[in-house]
Amino acid sequence: MKPPIFDYVKVSTVEEATAILADSSKEAVVIAGGQSLLPMLNFRLAAPEILVDISGIEALKSLIERDNVVTIGAMTRHVDLGSSPIIARHFPVITKAVTHIAHLAIRNRGTIGGSLCHADPAAELPMMALLLNAELMVAGGKGPRTIAAKDFFQSALETDIQEGELLVSVSLPLLPPNTGWGFEEVSRKSGDFALAAVSAILVVNDGEISEARIAVAGVDETPRRMNGAEAMLRGKMLDDDHLTAVCETIQSEINPETDLQASSNYRRHLIGVLTARVLKDAFAGAGGIFE
Amino acid sequence: MTRKVPINVRVNGTKYERMVEPRRLLSDFLREDLGLTGTHMGCEHGVCGACTILLDGDSIRSCLCLAIQADNAELTTVEGLGDIEALNPLQQKFREHHALQCGFCTSGMLMTVTDMLSKNTSLTDEEIREGLSGNLCRCTGYQHIVDAVRDAAKQAGDVSS
Ligand SMILES: Cc1cc2nc3c(=O)[nH]c(=O)nc-3n(C[C@H](O)[C@H](O)[C@H](O)COP(=O)(O)OP(=O)(O)OC[C@H]3O[C@@H](n4cnc5c(N)ncnc54)[C@H](O)[C@@H]3O)c2cc1C
Ligand code: FES
Ligand code: FES
Repeated sequence: MKPPIFDYVKVSTVEEATAILADSSKEAVVIAGGQSLLPMLNFRLAAPEILVDISGIEALKSLIERDNVVTIGAMTRHVDLGSSPIIARHFPVITKAVTHIAHLAIRNRGTIGGSLCHADPAAELPMMALLLNAELMVAGGKGPRTIAAKDFFQSALETDIQEGELLVSVSLPLLPPNTGWGFEEVSRKSGDFALAAVSAILVVNDGEISEARIAVAGVDETPRRMNGAEAMLRGKMLDDDHLTAVCETIQSEINPETDLQASSNYRRHLIGVLTARVLKDAFAGAGGIFE
Repeated sequence: MTRKVPINVRVNGTKYERMVEPRRLLSDFLREDLGLTGTHMGCEHGVCGACTILLDGDSIRSCLCLAIQADNAELTTVEGLGDIEALNPLQQKFREHHALQCGFCTSGMLMTVTDMLSKNTSLTDEEIREGLSGNLCRCTGYQHIVDAVRDAAKQAGDVSS
């Protein structure tokens, strides 16, 4: 199908973009890579009056490390994230996650800002934002503000971004030493959205887990952190019995849907299997010895 | 109707200036405004890969890009690879390995593989399959396409090393 009629403006600064978004006389919608918006326009699920193309805003394309924080501009494409040496050094879990996003031709245009604002419950980068305690910087609306990832994703395709606001960048605090990570995903076909995905960060000191983070995608209305399971891991070693208990806790806390792709039970099963793998990888990566 | 706006593009080395509606998809622009019908349209939502072309050297879905977004860009379509009398080396490998039957998916396959091989020519079969996973073929069962890509990668690697 073909998109409905709209006007189009390509802006070159954040101020220009937010000025157009602030004008409430016309419904303006941001277009970044267009890899989620254009399918919606082609299906006529969206009917904006003006598209505001932010792909020409150079300031949104930077990826820098400063004062123990990595800040990623909203227009950073999936392909740039996947090949960034800064990301590979500090957040190899993202480098891995990006390989699961769609296909090269889509990664060549899709952006981190677009993925976070689109907020598909099965998408990888929203899950990464939660796992890595990201802070999202937003301009426009009632003035610049920062939103913690845990407050950002509200339900499927719903975020805390308000009318007139533009996501500018995403900041990730660096991880402590002795950190290990894991990432696993199952999809019908390589590049499809996840039926279930799990990622984890474990910090291990003196054989014990001092910090645990687990995030899941594809198995609830939004990507989620598994706080109950994380608490079970803190202060503990990892052995078979404990691993089983943690996986069962996660399985009982998620609410996967049945759809054409997979049943709720199958998704719950997958989360159990994937969590065990991810935690073993993260524990070993952090120097822990699995008993 | 919204007003049309002028855009400039270079496609396969030729410059074009045309008036387009902002909602014009790049795929429709190529096929209908420029008559370059080698680029095929399957799903129009990014899933089938038939419409894949190169924009400034990167493979993209032309159904998920507006023509107006390609203003001032350099585009390559399947017509830019080779022609019937002089297939390019990748097209030649597709012919030798019977990597097409109806040919509907072929232009998208060729453009995807062109981008893949421009980045890496030492590909495992698994990497080839992963790279082709965004291009659907209803005829071949993929095996002959994988064979063609493996052979083309080897040839490109031999030439460049
Ligand atoms: C076939 C196919 C398969 C895919 N598979 C996957 C997959 O496996 N995993 C995955 O994660 N994704 C997948 N995607 C989606 C892809 O990752 C998109 O790139 C991403 O969801 C949106 O990024 P974009 O830059 O293209 O955003 P756009 O499509 O341009 O925008 C998406 C939404 O976000 C808004 N927006 C964009 N940028 C901003 C900003 N800076 N501030 C405020 N609002 C903004 C837009 O208004 C729009 O509502 C797939 C897409 C396709 C077509
Ligand atoms: S027509 Fe563009 S991907 Fe199917
Ligand atoms: S050759 Fe017919 S779809 Fe691939």
